[in-house]
Amino acid sequence: MQSYLEISKVGIEFNTESGNFRALQNVNLKVEKGEFISLIGHSGCGKSTVLNILAGLYQATEGGVILDGKEVNAPSPDRAVVFQNHALLPWLTVYENVELGVKQVFKGLKSKTEMADWIHHNLDLVHITHAMHKRPHEISGGMKQRVGIARCLAMQPKVLLMDEPFGALDALTRAHLQDSVMEIHARLGTTVVMITHDVDEAVLLSDRIVMMSNGPAATIGEILPVTLPRPRDRLALAEDSDFVHARQQVLQFLYDKHKFPGAKAA
Amino acid sequence: MHSIISRYAFIKREQAWRFEWSDIPGGMAIAKALRAWSLAAAGILVFLLLWQATANNINTSLGQFPGPVQVWTQIQNLTDEYGREQERRTDFYARQEVRNVQLLAQDPNADVRVRPYTGRPTFIDQIQTSLMTVAFGFFIAMLIAIPLGILCGLSESLYNAVNPIIQLFKPVSPLAWLPLVTMVVSALYVSESPMFEKSFITSAITVALCCLWPTVINTTVGVASVDKDLINVSRVICLPTHMHIRKIVLPSAIPLIFTGMRLSLATGWMVLIAAEMLAQNPGLGKFIWDEFQNGSSDSLGRIMVAVLVIGFIGLILDKLMLTLQRRVSWDKQTVLR
Ligand SMILES: Nc1ncnc2c1ncn2[C@@H]1O[C@H](COP(=O)(O)OP(=O)(O)O)[C@@H](O)[C@H]1O
Ligand SMILES: [Mg+2]
Repeated sequence: MQSYLEISKVGIEFNTESGNFRALQNVNLKVEKGEFISLIGHSGCGKSTVLNILAGLYQATEGGVILDGKEVNAPSPDRAVVFQNHALLPWLTVYENVELGVKQVFKGLKSKTEMADWIHHNLDLVHITHAMHKRPHEISGGMKQRVGIARCLAMQPKVLLMDEPFGALDALTRAHLQDSVMEIHARLGTTVVMITHDVDEAVLLSDRIVMMSNGPAATIGEILPVTLPRPRDRLALAEDSDFVHARQQVLQFLYDKHKFPGAKAA
Repeated sequence: MHSIISRYAFIKREQAWRFEWSDIPGGMAIAKALRAWSLAAAGILVFLLLWQATANNINTSLGQFPGPVQVWTQIQNLTDEYGREQERRTDFYARQEVRNVQLLAQDPNADVRVRPYTGRPTFIDQIQTSLMTVAFGFFIAMLIAIPLGILCGLSESLYNAVNPIIQLFKPVSPLAWLPLVTMVVSALYVSESPMFEKSFITSAITVALCCLWPTVINTTVGVASVDKDLINVSRVICLPTHMHIRKIVLPSAIPLIFTGMRLSLATGWMVLIAAEMLAQNPGLGKFIWDEFQNGSSDSLGRIMVAVLVIGFIGLILDKLMLTLQRRVSWDKQTVLR
């Protein structure tokens, strides 16, 4: 049986000035509809490259991606991306940033008022309605990331792709956003692939954690299912033995089996 | 001991009464502006003094080099000349009007005509001509340069194809173009009642040829250096090309496009004066050349007036572009210089 999202035998080689560089080799992953997947691995191992191939922003050298029965070979609003540094258009307000995608996706499908309602609904979902007429430089980093998420959700993607969405935020803001993402995932049942370098975040949010080996020619090392019941509460989980065990396994993978290549010399 | 304390108290009281700019709302900004203005005024004053002192010591075959005083006299002369010329012009038309009315009174079918006034163009007329020419030339140049720059910035292949040509023509002096442009315009621009004079077209095209390049180059760089994340956003949303240019490319390239346009306009204004001088096309350049050939004792003073006016107009043009940039730019925060 075919899964909702299938990555099969994906490899990619970059043409760099110092010759060809093989970043990924034989990456295989099956994701079911509504699943929350985290990609974790050391910096530079190729997580973003996997995400970019999923988004259609990069073309795999070999292998391919199939989403909902169709091959992925170009970017599309079906696979919306939340970028690490928000990537909001600084000359548009929060509302207009979300509107840009909505107008494109629902052209001819929704009327003007329906679109406006839909934009408001999505701003509401990430709790940012109060700032909708502000420009990106007038709001905090956490709020910008919320807008980035709203922009993606408003395009009703089949998969939501997030590249270290909370990497640049302070711990408190990050916790708030994680809660928001869990709430949205529970409400909408969106399929999510998220890159993170934060072990706690991966365990808290995911159904499965995909751990990547170090590059070059990186691939998927292990996949850890997280069976903790939802809704999950970070305070209660802190002492939960399943949570601690899952966390332990990820740490072991990262710091024992696949040490950061730079750490060996030190 | 007592006296020290009382003196201290006195100083305290004096400080309490002293005016501080920071005490009034917006005071700091006012104080800063006042300071800038007074420094500018001091700079101009020193310059005028140095100028007068130097001018007194330079003697040419056309008399002493003009100082600020002579220049001021010539400014008055030139505006007076303009006033007299305007009077003559209204008189001329009034006389024709009277004559025509008389002719019609004698014979209702008389063939009456109004002949246009052909007086000598004054300094003010020459300024107007130069401004019109530079505006027209600049406009044509921008019509070509901005779209070309956008295309070159979007497509690396096109850039690689066009770049050698840009690099080749960029350093060419306007004076080298002028003979070619003059001949081409005389050959191709033939019409019974031309909307523009040939000389006007020649000057404007020469200006356009020289002020294309800064805008093409800066627009290309601006468009090519749009943030990669924003381009990825546009690709994910699948924005069509025209929307991509309007919503993503243009807003991020606006600052560099304007940098290019300001350089272009400054170049165009410089080129125009040289072109008018060489081609004897009407304008400020011709005014200077005519005065030089005229060689009266006033000539140098009048030329100096033209020099100052050229500088002043250049400055105003740049300020106009800055104002336009402020209005168009989305980022009102940046300090524009
Ligand atoms: N466009 C590219 N051209 C050349 N090399 C690239 C490109 N994108 C990524 N790489 C290389 O591929 C490897 C993986 O990068 P990336 O996917 O960004 O890692 P990370 O896991 O930190 O997100 C790195 O060594 C990087 O230098
Ligand atoms: Mg990355």
